[in-house]
Parts: sequence; structure tokens; C-alpha cells
Amino acid sequence: MSKRPSLPVADAPVRPTVWDSPAMARRLRRRYAAERRFRLLGLAAVALSAAFLAFLLVTMVAQGIRGFTETTITLPIDLAAADLPIEPARVKGRSADLALAGAGLEDAVDTAATMRFGRDGADLLSPGAWLAVRDAIKADPAILRRTVTFTLPVASPFDVAAKGEGTPDAEQVVARLKAQGVLSTGWNWNFLTDADATDPTRVGIWGAAKGSLLTMLVTLALAFPIGVLAALYLEEYAPKNRWTDLIEVSINNLAAVPSIIFGLLGLAVFLNTFGLPRSAPLVGGLTLALMTMPVIVIAGRNAIKAVPPSIRDAALAVGASRVQVIFHHVLPLALPGILTGTIIGMARALGETAPLLMIGMRAFIAAPPRGLTDPSTVLPVQIFLWSDQVDRGFIEKTSAAIIVLLVFLLAMNGLAIYLRNRFETRW
Amino acid sequence: MNGIVLLILIVGLGLIAWAVSRMRALGFRRRLGTRISSLPHHHGWYVALWTAAPPLLFLAIWAATSPALVTDMVLGTPAAAQLPPPGFERAAILSEARALAAGRAHGAFHTLSRTLAPAYDAAQARVDWIATAVVLMLALAGGTYAYLRVRPDFSARTRIERVILGLLLGASLIAILTTAGIVASLLYEAGRFFSVVPITDFLFGTHWSPQVIDPRDPGASLGAVPLFWGTFFIGAVIAMAVAIPFGLLSAIYLTQYAAPRARRIMKPVLEVLAGIPTVVYGYFAALTVAPAVRQFAVSIGIDWASSESALAAGLVMGVMIIPFVSSMADDSLAAVPNAMRDGSLAMGATPSETITRVMLPAALPGVVGGVLLAVSRAIGETMIVVMAASGVATLTANPFASTTTVTRQIVDLLTGEAEFDSPKTLAAFALGLTLFVITLLLNIIALTVVKRYRESYE
Repeated sequence: MSKRPSLPVADAPVRPTVWDSPAMARRLRRRYAAERRFRLLGLAAVALSAAFLAFLLVTMVAQGIRGFTETTITLPIDLAAADLPIEPARVKGRSADLALAGAGLEDAVDTAATMRFGRDGADLLSPGAWLAVRDAIKADPAILRRTVTFTLPVASPFDVAAKGEGTPDAEQVVARLKAQGVLSTGWNWNFLTDADATDPTRVGIWGAAKGSLLTMLVTLALAFPIGVLAALYLEEYAPKNRWTDLIEVSINNLAAVPSIIFGLLGLAVFLNTFGLPRSAPLVGGLTLALMTMPVIVIAGRNAIKAVPPSIRDAALAVGASRVQVIFHHVLPLALPGILTGTIIGMARALGETAPLLMIGMRAFIAAPPRGLTDPSTVLPVQIFLWSDQVDRGFIEKTSAAIIVLLVFLLAMNGLAIYLRNRFETRW
Repeated sequence: MNGIVLLILIVGLGLIAWAVSRMRALGFRRRLGTRISSLPHHHGWYVALWTAAPPLLFLAIWAATSPALVTDMVLGTPAAAQLPPPGFERAAILSEARALAAGRAHGAFHTLSRTLAPAYDAAQARVDWIATAVVLMLALAGGTYAYLRVRPDFSARTRIERVILGLLLGASLIAILTTAGIVASLLYEAGRFFSVVPITDFLFGTHWSPQVIDPRDPGASLGAVPLFWGTFFIGAVIAMAVAIPFGLLSAIYLTQYAAPRARRIMKPVLEVLAGIPTVVYGYFAALTVAPAVRQFAVSIGIDWASSESALAAGLVMGVMIIPFVSSMADDSLAAVPNAMRDGSLAMGATPSETITRVMLPAALPGVVGGVLLAVSRAIGETMIVVMAASGVATLTANPFASTTTVTRQIVDLLTGEAEFDSPKTLAAFALGLTLFVITLLLNIIALTVVKRYRESYE
């Protein structure tokens, strides 16, 4: 029997750790300090992320809130003296717009401004100012015979200056006008009801919002039924074979494909192969539906998976067929989860820009779309287009449009959270 | 207009068929008790389907073929003998005549189109009559056939459920169709591009200036290496330098340290960060961050710094990715067995030592997989770089210089006025194909890593 080599530890003299020695205390202090540092680091990361979010939102709101207001100037116009070659009786019906434009109303308004505010008076007014006069005349043709004091929107440089962001020249003019007491600020209702325009004082968000609405309708009408049916098939029917694997792999990959690739698909297939109209909500909706469908399928599968098998077994046991089990029991129970996923997917589609640029939804569209095949734009693309404008007046309009978009998204996400909390069942 | 009328007619017939056969099935039930094999509404649906589906199918085919048929009939009329030979003018006259006949136009440029318009009207009317007759015939034939099969022992339920199963299968095949559509369209257009520009020039060339393409050697100005580098630099280096530390530390703090109440508030805040549209981030990057970055660069002595720097786009993109990294890290940390953490804490390790020396190494594969997914998302991100990065391709590693990315170039190439077949627009599809392949590979690798990691702890 050979002698076992002894372990060095066994031979070393046993020295118990002196926990309250100064060295140990120091070590412990260091470790605790490291712990506190680490914890602070984590807190700082969360706080900085939140601070960034707050900064972004505050910047957008601070700039955007001005986009909802307009600066107006009071201007008396003696319409009788302007002597427009038009009879008050003729200002009626559809031809009124044409008749008033042809009668030189725009020049009459400019002349009135020049008489009241001096040589550059006409430049003070927004290019759309005379339209307000036109609408007033249409509402009451009798004013063609009197002097009326109008409140008209001022041109963009002075509008920006009145809000404190303008050039020194414009600021001076505004200060002078303010001293005269003719300037006032009010809500710009036209911003909510008009479409795109070339002049920042005349732009509105409604055209883009309606385009978004139509696009989302197409997306929802396609992506929701297809997504739900596909989720039902994959969870309830699909046999374990290569086809099912292929379907699953393609759905998971589609959910991660960059959105711009869907734009390329839409361009190559919907526009160039099928010849569908460019810039139309129909094509935008189709493209976004392909993008949203995987999101709905994945959310739907999770919701269906969460329905306990006992429900299915019970229904089958009383003689229901597979289809009856699925459509009478599984689907209604899974619906809140599916709806939550659908709303989140739709919110993502609503904020999507890149694929829509590819299919031509970046055109300048000055009228809200009237149908699914009319050229139109959508909210995020409108934001992108306005952000590209050089005119300073567009900065606040861009931020205002962002506020509108964020309000929509917030509402949708809020609805999703509400649905989740209200109908979520824990089995 | 006529199509819609026919559609309503078909749906109406279907409804009638449904109601009538349901009544018949109800009659069986009354006579025989409950001993019929399908519910009355199954019979109803069965007959309605037979009534409506064949005409609908016919209508779909008819919609695609009937315009050609109408044109053929018009060309057969005597008035068409005066038409000029096939060409642009002939097509113009025909389309004008068609517009006149449909009431879409009032005046006509060509006199001949006026004489042809009545012919169009007549042909269209005849075609419409044929369509209506066929639809009615198909609906009646299908409906009668199905109605005669409605018997007590006829299992309508099985047939209906077979149709529903087909519908479900069809819906899930759309996903495969979409993938196939993406791959096919990208491959086809990129193939056309590579028949003009050698693939080696595209993949390894270092000069990118699609604005001036030499028609004799288009490959010389379509080398994509600067784009690949710019994409990698902004998406995988700068953005990740922000997203990884912030995302990881937030996840650690929220899951390991924060009180439940703080977590309930802070988690949604991070999720809001993920829900903000990219166009908003892009605007913020261009309007606020880019000037600040430039100012900072000038203040430290780099006065040539670009106002479209890679840093501005990358920083904002990093912030956008934080919630994504955070939620992936969150999942990976949650998958580490509690026993490991408890063991480490029981040995006297502080929580931070437990996290950095035990939990993070154990969760590393999951975290790496999450980071790969985040990179794939960052390099596919478009709007931030379109709005905040530059359009000029430079091969530089200086974060204050301007760099461009693949996605930015796709947008630039396809929103110009160029015709669709030029190498310039086709190059966008080649770039798209490259982007698709790279993100696909990243996703597959990431998902495999994550999956294997999950399995190792289950």
C-alpha cells in the first residue's frame, strides 16, 4: 500500500477567517460600494431612458401645440368700394367659387390690405386669406354692398414671428402690428379639416388622416380574418409535418423582415405586376396587411394556446364536431387576446412609413381621398413630407401632425391594455 | 357597376337558398325528431354554398377576360374597319371610345371614337347579358343539385366542415405565398440588375454614386461596400453601443432591484418607447439630436463635422432599440433557474456579484440571441436614417462624418423620377435582396441560439 500524497491544504495550519479584522471590513465595504454602484447604474439606465422619452414628448408637444393655433389680423374690407363685377344674387350654388375667383376677389383683398397696412400690406396675409373672405360672401352675399371687418390668417413668416421664432425683420413688423392691436391668436380649425398645401398656413391634417383611415380599413379587413384563420389552423388542425414547419418558419420570419422589404414587394407585385393604382390606400392597405398578418397570427396562436384543453374535451364529449368546438368555444374565449394582438399590430401599421414610400404614397395630394383607389397619403408619410420642407412654418405643423399621430397610437394602445385587463382570464 | 349588381344578385340567391333548404331540413326534423345527421343550418349553408360559389368563381374569371372579349366584338363591327393599324393611336381611340361608352368622358379627341362608342355600348350590353345568364344558370344548377341532396341522412355538416378546413389551410398558406412573393420578386429584379452589373462589382466595389452612371460600365459607380459599412457602422456599432448597456442595465434593474410598484410604472414607459413610430424618431434625430451632435463636435475641435452625422442617427436608433434589448434580456434572465441565484446568494455573494458572475453568464446565449435580433432590426430600420443620415456614401469610421445605409439608398433610388428598368432602380432591389438575406440569416441564427439556450434549462 503506497502512501497517498497528502493534499497541501491538509498540511497548512488552519487559520480561521477573522471576520472582524480591518482587512475584512475594508473588503466588505468595497463590495457593498460596488453593489450600490451597480444598483445606481441600473437606476440611471432606466431613468435616462425615461428622461429621453420625456424630452422627446415635451419637445414635440412644445413645438406642436403652436401648430394648432394661427395668428390672425383684423382687416376692414370695403367690398362695395372694391366694386367686384358680380351680382350678390349670383353667388349661389356650385358656380359661386368660380364666379368669385374670376371677379378678382383676391386682388380686392390685397388692395384692402395695402390701403390699411402700407406698401407691404398684401404680403402680411396668408395666400389662403381671400378664401375666408370668399366663404363669408358665400354665406351672406349681402355683405358685398358694405364694409366688413374680417379676421384673416397672416402669412407664414409673420405667423412664426408672432409665436416668437421668426426672423428679426418679421419680429419687428409683428411688434408694430401688435402695438396697433390688430393681431390676435386663435385655434386653427382648418388644420384639422384641410389637406396638404404648399403654404404652411393653409395645410391641414384631415387628408392624411383620412388616407390613414382608409388604408387601415383595408389592412384590418384582410389581416384580421386571414391572421385569425391561420392561427386557428396552426393551433387546432395542423398535422406535424414539413408543410406545417414551413408555414411556421415563414410566419416567424415575416414578423422579423424589415418593413421596407414589404414596400419592395408591394412595388414589384401590386404595382408592376397587377397594375394597381399608385399611391392608393388600397395598395398601401394590402402591403401593410402582409406586414401585420404575422403579428396577428403569433398573438392569435398564443391566445388560442392559453385556452385550456378541458374546454375542448368537454365540448367534444357532448358531441360537438371539431369545427363547432373551435368556433363556438375556443375562438370566443381566445378573442380578447387576439384582439389585443390585432390592435398592437394595427398600431404598428399606423405608424409605418417606409413601405408606403415605396408604393408612391409620398406624392403631394391637396385633396382628401374619396375612395380606396384615389391617390392619397397617410399620417406618418405626411409628417415625413412636411419635415422635408424648408419653410420654417412647417416645423410646428410637423410637430402638430406628430401629436395627432401619437394621440391615435396612444388611444389604440390604451384600448389594447384595457381589453387585456378587462377580459384576460387566468385559467 | 354591373359587376356589383351581379354580386348582390348572387348573394341574394345564396340567402334564399339558405333559407329554403333550412326550412326543408327543419321539416325533416319535425317529422323524424332529432334523428337527422346534420343541423338544419348546415343544410342551409351547404345549399347556399353550392348556389353562390360557382357563379362567384365565374364572375372572378369573367372580370379578367370580358374586356378583351368586348374589344374583339367591337373590332368585328364595320365601323372598326377605319381604325388605323395597331399602335399607339389605335389604342388611344379605343380607350377613348370605351370611356365615352361608359359615360366617363363627355368629349372626344378623335372623331372615330364617337362612331365606335355605340359599338362599345352594344358589345358591353351583350357581354353583360351573357354574364347575367351564365350567373343565373350556374346558381340555379348548383342550387338545385344541392337542394335535391338535402335528406335526413345526408351529412351536410361534414361537407361544410371540409370547406371550412380548406379555408383555414388557405389562410395559413398566405404566409408562405408572401414569403415566396418576396423572394421571387427580389430575386427576379435583382437578377435583371446582375445581368447588367456584375455581381462582384456590386458586392466588392467601393465606389457608390448612382446619380452618375456610366452606361458603358454601370458597375463602376454601383459598388455597395460603403453602404454595407455604413449600415453596419450605424446599426451594429453606434446603435448597439447605446442599446446594449442601457437595455441590459434596465432589464437587470427592473427585474432584480426595482420594487414591484416601480416596475409596474417603468415597464410600460419602456414599452411606450418601443411604440413611437420611427418617423417621429427620425424627425427628432434630424431636428434636435443632429444639430446638438454637430455643435458638440465643433466644440471639441472637429469643425468639419457633418450635420447629417452617423452618430446622430445611430444614437437615436439605439434609443429606439433599448426596449427591444431590454425585453429580450428580461426573458433570458427569467429563464435562469432560481436555484442558481439562490445558491449564489446563500454563499454570501452580493446581488450585483450574483448577477454579473452567475446569472449573466448563464443567460448569455439568450442575451446574445436577443442582441442579434436587435441588430437585425437596426439594420432594417429606414426612417431614422432617411431623415437623419446622409445620402452620400463615404467609407469612414468617424462617427461625426456623414455615412449612408442600405435602406436609405433604397428609398433614394426608388423615389427618383427614373424609369423602372434602369440599373439605378433595379439596384434598389439588389440592395433589398442583400438586406433580406442578411436579416434572415441573423434571425435564424438568433432564434436557434435562443431556442437551444431555453432547452438547456428546461
